[in-house]
Amino acid sequence: MSDPTSTWLPRPSLRFVAVWRRNLLVWRKLLLPSMLGNFGEPILYLLAFGYGFGRLVGDLDGMSYMVFIASGIICSSAMFTASFEGMYSAYTRMAEQNTWLGMLATPLTLDDIVFAEAIWAASKGLISATTILVVAAVLGLVSDARALLALPVIFLAAFTFGALALVITALARSYDFFLYYFTLAVTPMLLLSGVFFPLQELPDWVQTLALALPLAHVVEIVRPLMTGSWPGSIWPHLAVIAGYGAAAIILATALIRRRLLR
Amino acid sequence: MRRRPAIGTVGANRYGMRSLPDPSPAVSAIRIQQLRKTYDGVHVVDGVDLEIAAGEFFGLLGPNGAGKTTTLRMLLGMTPIDGGQVEVLGLPMPEGEREVRKRLGIVPQFDTLDPDFTVIENMRTYAAYFGLSGATVQARIDLLLEQVNLNDKRGARINALSGGMKRRLTLARALINEPEVVVLDEPTTGLDPQARHHLWRQLRQLRASGVTLVLTTHYMEEAQELCDRIAIIDHGRIIACDRPSRLIAEHIEPWVVTVGGPEAGTAIEQEIGPRDRAHQVADTWLVYTAEPDRLRERLRARGLEPTLREADLEDVFLKLTGHELRD
Repeated sequence: MSDPTSTWLPRPSLRFVAVWRRNLLVWRKLLLPSMLGNFGEPILYLLAFGYGFGRLVGDLDGMSYMVFIASGIICSSAMFTASFEGMYSAYTRMAEQNTWLGMLATPLTLDDIVFAEAIWAASKGLISATTILVVAAVLGLVSDARALLALPVIFLAAFTFGALALVITALARSYDFFLYYFTLAVTPMLLLSGVFFPLQELPDWVQTLALALPLAHVVEIVRPLMTGSWPGSIWPHLAVIAGYGAAAIILATALIRRRLLR
Repeated sequence: MRRRPAIGTVGANRYGMRSLPDPSPAVSAIRIQQLRKTYDGVHVVDGVDLEIAAGEFFGLLGPNGAGKTTTLRMLLGMTPIDGGQVEVLGLPMPEGEREVRKRLGIVPQFDTLDPDFTVIENMRTYAAYFGLSGATVQARIDLLLEQVNLNDKRGARINALSGGMKRRLTLARALINEPEVVVLDEPTTGLDPQARHHLWRQLRQLRASGVTLVLTTHYMEEAQELCDRIAIIDHGRIIACDRPSRLIAEHIEPWVVTVGGPEAGTAIEQEIGPRDRAHQVADTWLVYTAEPDRLRERLRARGLEPTLREADLEDVFLKLTGHELRD
């Protein structure tokens, strides 16, 4: 233990895959209700807002409103799915079912488990974003194959949102606690990040605030890719998303370690 | 003198009797030196030294909050060590935790079975945590489920199992990696006598197959029945450590005379021998004595009905840790 970083830097091993597989197997058993939540709801938003609002709004940024929000909803559904998984589901495994405690009796370490949960949240975010992408493509809302490049970005973003959710889970004493995070972080991000209307419509200080949070950067990359152009810049946006993700996974691991391994 | 054992042969015991643990430190499964843990200024574990030999069945007893579970957790790498050294299977903890846990079986105090899975799925998933899969593991799972009588419950959901079945499954799960050391934290708490005896049989079989076992329990009868050696821990320190029979011989008078009723108190005050110890529990008096006959006669003469039994581990435990209630 001479390396000073060893105390706070998570060091997951490839064994994390076993934890990820465990979650996958459970998810497969509950496929129907799970898919309804992660996929059905965003599709309803897309159709209702797209057709309903679309008539009133007309074109936005040179595209139909339906096209505009399809790319936004892909991003927000990844955020919601990963956040839910990192909070309600992960909390259940941590505090209600003692699943993680059982895993800690095996060669798995806490670093493996927390990392696996973030990767799993990312996987679920990716699954729900992919299904929406397929529906959007069928409805003719996707321009070309560049849209597929959005998926790795979505995966990274969902990892970040999953890891952020795990930070909240580490601090939670009950399920009610998650409402704070949803009300104070997730919902504001959803409304202010350019998912439903362009960021430019908002006052400068709100734009600044929105760009300090990860979701706006996800939308900035994903929307052009889905609508047949290249994002103006990629790396600054990716850096913000990845920065949040790295900080969150380090913090989540440290907090969960403090909570479980006292 | 018929057959003298060849010098140097160890262990082989043809009569199914317990062989004593090899005292050589070279084969110690667990070595703990000056172990310490402090929570909020309270010394929960306060300088524990322990050496458990390979193949030994070791019991860790103590009242609630005495430091048993904390000691176990440090042993398993599940609680950071504040001071002292822990070595499991020759590897230092917590540095060796991953390697150690590959070779360890853990039966935790609280149920950690996966309620989203069936019995067989629980076994397979747990095996995967060890990196084990394929035909060999499937055969091992079949064997273990057979051993714990859960073969006909393979497809059952965890919530459909009784408490005893869950414990058996937890034990079977903990054996998936053919562990060299099995650690059990209060494995029989809440079980009915049948289930408890069944579990005891399993543990004895493990002991016979050479596995090192470390057990915590609140049932003194269980410890006395199963363990080769016992440590009694209180206020974070080990206050006695020996074979059960030796603990009884060393720490307590061999007989206990018990008598109840409203007159018992005065009667005992007047009749008790100079070297006897009397103790009141609720409205019953216990007298620890080496000469029970004289006392019983005198108590009978006063119209009381004393009963006699041999002192056991529970008496030692209560003597060493006191009779006051613990939280």
